[in-house]
Amino acid sequence: MDKPRVKVPNKVKAGEPFEVKVLISHTMESGQRIDEASGQKIPRMIINAFTCKLDGEIVFSATLHPAVSANPYLAFYVVAERSGELEFTWTDDSGDSATATHALEVG
Amino acid sequence: MRLPALLVVVIACATSYTTHGVDEFGHYAVDDRRSGYTYAAAETRAMQDDEFANSGYIWVEKGAELWASEDGRAGQTCASCHAEAAESMRGVGARYPVFAPEIGKLINLEQRINQCRSERMQATAWPWESTELLAMTAYVRHQSKDMPVSPVIDGPAAPFFAAGKALYHTRRGQLDMACIHCHEMNSGNKLRAQRLSQGMSNGFPTYRLKWQTLGSLHRRIIGCDDDVRAEPYPAGADEYVNLELYLAWRARGLPVETPAVRN
Repeated sequence: MDKPRVKVPNKVKAGEPFEVKVLISHTMESGQRIDEASGQKIPRMIINAFTCKLDGEIVFSATLHPAVSANPYLAFYVVAERSGELEFTWTDDSGDSATATHALEVG
Repeated sequence: MRLPALLVVVIACATSYTTHGVDEFGHYAVDDRRSGYTYAAAETRAMQDDEFANSGYIWVEKGAELWASEDGRAGQTCASCHAEAAESMRGVGARYPVFAPEIGKLINLEQRINQCRSERMQATAWPWESTELLAMTAYVRHQSKDMPVSPVIDGPAAPFFAAGKALYHTRRGQLDMACIHCHEMNSGNKLRAQRLSQGMSNGFPTYRLKWQTLGSLHRRIIGCDDDVRAEPYPAGADEYVNLELYLAWRARGLPVETPAVRN
């Protein structure tokens, strides 16, 4: 899990929804596939949770399941009343997590 | 009376088909040659067009990092010799594969990158289909994005072009099929749920949704060989590099789309 990419408008208006796009590199191994060489199941290893916080408060979260493709791409809307820090966290089955932050300017 | 009427209908159809191609597909179609982009679903095209949503850019960005990373006993980076890829590599992806006098045959982009690594950088060659080789190939080819594919097929490349063309027309495998049967005689028709494209190579390495990763042209051709139940050549084989030149000639004039997104 690496290379989180985040796209947020440079400046947003207070109280008006704006679109946030995030994409992260991850194989999203579903747990359904068989390794042809060994005949064994390839263990499931997916990002199972995503959260977006604004100054510590969760403003968007998602639970991901095995049908989600590799390199999951999410787009969602957020409303903010004032400037603050957006914090994005991805957590996978191994407990590993990746974080990205973005300084949000509301004007 | 009947024959002229029929002719008029045929000509009308042919005309509308051509106009349709030019209007709808923009620079993704040249004459009767159409990029796989024009066969892709609207959602897939939208994913390719949006640099953010296009997962292929994960590899392009990784390639940019590798370009500036020192590796090998010579203590060099790609940038040590080639400086800014945006300038030095512009156009390279549009003309490869090329004839390489030092080996007396064609060399493709992956092989040239590994040649640089082993001979100039004294580093180990990256394995075919490794993240690093895909990333560097995608990064270099991306520098030619939207430039027309323009391979050189005459001079010393001519016999290799002829060999590639011959392979394209050779029946192979238990299904006894050649590339031409699907990608020229039946392009636009359906093979089960899939619409057959013209098999153009201008978007490789391509992010393929079925693969869930970026993949090389040779991996794709191996997939075709598997489909007709032929024994594939190994990736990087001379046969595939020759075929690659013929495919580049088929795609001449189409824009380099690396990294393209296909299903």
